[in-house]
Amino acid sequence: MKVRVKSHWPPGHIRTPAYLRGKIGNIERHIGLFNNPEDSAYRQAGPQRELVRVRFHMAEIWGARAERGEDVIEAEIYAHWLEPV
Amino acid sequence: MPHDHHDHSHEGLSTSGHPYRADNDTGLSYWQVMEIALRELLIEKGYLTAAQIHAQINAMDSRSPANGARVVARAWVDPEFKAALLDNASEVSRAMGFDIGPMHLIALENTDEVHNVVVCTLCSCYPRNLLGLPPDWYKSRAYRSRTVIEPRKVLSEFGLNLPEQMQVRVHDSTADMRYIVIPAQPEDSFGLSEEALAAWVTRDSMIGVGLPLAPK
Repeated sequence: MKVRVKSHWPPGHIRTPAYLRGKIGNIERHIGLFNNPEDSAYRQAGPQRELVRVRFHMAEIWGARAERGEDVIEAEIYAHWLEPV
Repeated sequence: MPHDHHDHSHEGLSTSGHPYRADNDTGLSYWQVMEIALRELLIEKGYLTAAQIHAQINAMDSRSPANGARVVARAWVDPEFKAALLDNASEVSRAMGFDIGPMHLIALENTDEVHNVVVCTLCSCYPRNLLGLPPDWYKSRAYRSRTVIEPRKVLSEFGLNLPEQMQVRVHDSTADMRYIVIPAQPEDSFGLSEEALAAWVTRDSMIGVGLPLAPK
């Protein structure tokens, strides 16, 4: 399934890397429910969030600067940071 | 005598020719003070004893890449074990007797077509509960930033030159998972016992910046 990482820039403890925001990838696997670091970093009890591994092609992230566009990066992204494409 | 020559300066070296390490005479940093304060409070309030804290430090220090090497060696000789490891690496590591605490571990298999390498761009997440403390370079800003931008160049600086047609998969430990690479078994090691194979598995090969090596 194809997803885009939201291009949001809120303050706080965010574990969605800046270099992946706005980028499109494919869901590699669903991992399960985890505490949201955006809440727990401030000792707030928020709802757990689904954590998903997303696979991105280097060409999508770095464009023509990529060493080899078919190489990939996989990262864990909380589902509330993803939107369908 | 080996050190009885005067053609260069011995400034900063001991009489036996080793560099001096500065004494820790500077003040404590903010976080060092905070750690001591928290530790003393936990002991004074009776939540923990000094012996318990020290035992936990010892337990962490005693974890080493040898633990992961045993997991990889078993995966090389036992296809069913490898399948279970790729399915749920935490459960399988615990079943082998390793106390990995609450760590969520994912195993990544290197093949003829795919090479995996692990990084944490946001901090320095590492499967410490299985492999022990990470190497210093793993925590460096250079490794953390360059591995996602130019992994092939970084790997070549580790002495690992991958064929162009092999896919590089960079795994950024951004959240709750930790990763161990199952390197491909070297042909020279086929037929060896599980115990002998464990000696081939290097720490770097489990991070993905190296390959297994014949023990010296």
